[in-house]
Amino acid sequence: MDSVARVVAQRLLLGILTLIVVSVVIFVAVNLLPGDFAQAFLGQGATEGAVNAIRRDLGLDQPLVLRYFHWLGNALTGDLGTSFAQANFSSFTGTAAENLPTVASQIAPRFANTMFLAAVTACIAVPLALTLGILAALYRNSLFDKTVNMVTLSSISSPEFFLAYILILFLAVLNPVLPSISNIYADMGLGQRLERTLLPALTLTLVVTAHMMRMTRAAIINLLASPYIEMARLKGLSPMRVVVRHALPNALAPIINVIALNLAYLITGVVVVEVVFVYPGIGQLFVDAVKNRDIPMVQACCLIFACAYILLNLLADVLSILSNPRLRHPK
Amino acid sequence: MSWSGIFAAIVVLVLTAWAFRFAGRRTGRPYFRDMGFASALGWVLLVALVAYAVYAFFFVDQAVFFRWLIIGVVIAAVSAFAFRLLGRHVGTAGSRKAFRHMPLTASFGILTIVVYALVAIFAAWLAPYGQEAIVGNANILPGGNPATGGDPAFPLGTDQIGRDLMSRLIYGAQNTVGIAFATTCLAFLLGGTLGFLAATVGGWLDQVISRAVDVLMAIPSLIFALLLMTIALAWAGSSGGQLTLYMIVIIAVIDSTRVYRLARAVAGNIVVMDYIEAARLRGERMGYLIFREVLPNATAPLLAEFGLRFCFVFLTIASLSFLGVGIRPPLADWGTMVRDLSQFINFAGYSPLTAALPLMAAGAIALLTLAVNFLVDWMLHRSSGLKD
Repeated sequence: MDSVARVVAQRLLLGILTLIVVSVVIFVAVNLLPGDFAQAFLGQGATEGAVNAIRRDLGLDQPLVLRYFHWLGNALTGDLGTSFAQANFSSFTGTAAENLPTVASQIAPRFANTMFLAAVTACIAVPLALTLGILAALYRNSLFDKTVNMVTLSSISSPEFFLAYILILFLAVLNPVLPSISNIYADMGLGQRLERTLLPALTLTLVVTAHMMRMTRAAIINLLASPYIEMARLKGLSPMRVVVRHALPNALAPIINVIALNLAYLITGVVVVEVVFVYPGIGQLFVDAVKNRDIPMVQACCLIFACAYILLNLLADVLSILSNPRLRHPK
Repeated sequence: MSWSGIFAAIVVLVLTAWAFRFAGRRTGRPYFRDMGFASALGWVLLVALVAYAVYAFFFVDQAVFFRWLIIGVVIAAVSAFAFRLLGRHVGTAGSRKAFRHMPLTASFGILTIVVYALVAIFAAWLAPYGQEAIVGNANILPGGNPATGGDPAFPLGTDQIGRDLMSRLIYGAQNTVGIAFATTCLAFLLGGTLGFLAATVGGWLDQVISRAVDVLMAIPSLIFALLLMTIALAWAGSSGGQLTLYMIVIIAVIDSTRVYRLARAVAGNIVVMDYIEAARLRGERMGYLIFREVLPNATAPLLAEFGLRFCFVFLTIASLSFLGVGIRPPLADWGTMVRDLSQFINFAGYSPLTAALPLMAAGAIALLTLAVNFLVDWMLHRSSGLKD
């Protein structure tokens, strides 16, 4: 158990190190911009004085290293800065900027919405993928297996927006069952919120289920070749029992890994789907910020996405160590 | 359909499956005798689905999209079959042999890729109008029937500013596929070279590149691409061509990290072989080692990776364009077309062809990716030596 704790601690430290390096990459990348925001904001006819004033306001006149630590320190305490699009420069307008919406206050409700979408998707996708994966492994090389294989391959191959528009076509336009636009407000009942989230969640389900199902199938088929499964079969157990009681527990490690990895994928897949359905989540905020070149917002969203991605990968790593006896006792 | 109807249908299906299995056990045939209930239910479900599909195809008027889908699948299957037949009788002995053991999906993949390549290369001859030319009235509906707002000169209608949509779809093959292909090649050049170099030289160089790649891979690729595109948008200003160039470089760099991983792993297995040792002792230079010894032995996995990587790059570029930060108008591009035409989907009830326009552009993307996936699946299956 001691060695497990050490390995897990190593992974955690490595994860934190990765996070720090990633934050440096994000910060440096954005600061490669030619000129800076002050020039871009004021346009070409700006006087030197006005540019300098805004630079001073935003702290752009300080050296890069100092700015990085300033940014990181603030980010860690939950202050992600003020969105440029919302900024009201005190030196420019002559009045003090007060009660401006900060990046954090804009992101917080949208982050909750995105998490809600991801949670709904996971609730549908994980049981569905596991069931389909087990069934496909059980009836492998049958017509059912081939059909599922073909369908999942098609849904992996399709861009998210293609799946989204097909679902809109059939479930919102031709048969108006669900709304095609997910406008969600803060004070909305759970039922209504679910109804409006269902279509984007179904789109994401199609994408994620395909990956998860294929990997579940592969993991179980891999195990079915081992001698103890042969033994169980020769004992006369039913195929279902062999798979569920004998193969599945040992396949759990790779499957847990797959689920965590796909949830990480979900975090990024959310961007396109949110734009299609005008879902008020963090992905849409990110895309809008990219188009407006709203640097603090882009940095903050990127940092959040990267954090979620790294943490879920870390979780996958740690869980696969904990659930695999061979990894738990490394030679 | 009401809930009680669905419930009744399920009960009927389950009872039929039970009866089917019961009847099957009476026959002596091993398959029917040992059939489990789940298999029986599966067969009954299949029969019910096929029956409903036939009914919908011939008798339900509203099922236009379903009918198109079935017709499309049948055309695809028949042409793939014909193509495989052709391949079995025309060509060199090697190619004929490859076609003999080819599944229909793989021959469909090859056929589709060939067609896309031809369309992309000869777009200028195939397209009736130029991609940027404003040739007609704006928003002419597809169908070519003047009574329903169409125009025979523009079979698929025109867009918001009067450009011919069919020409733009055809030119989209050139731009979207061409740019994705160039990006993939660049990613392979970069990732492959660095990966081989790291595996062959080893030591600190390997460590430095590998750690850098680790960091880049820790950021999800679409997010990283969007972040860098923010910067590219600022650098390129209003120049669409320059932005496309930046996009190619950005996505190539991001995807080269994945290529690097594979190239290094593959080359790592090769450089420990005896013949590499012999070449080193002969005093061969690094270039000779990489290009003459390592590369020929790493072709098969790298080729499969090239196909998969192309799919990823293609989908990323399409997504970026769809989000409005990728390929810039006036260049015709499928991702942008989907976004611009997406509102037409609401007219599906009145004019199915109009609603199909955004799906055509998106489907063109999906079809090519699917074709490449089919082909790669078959190649991997063949090179892994699995024969079942």
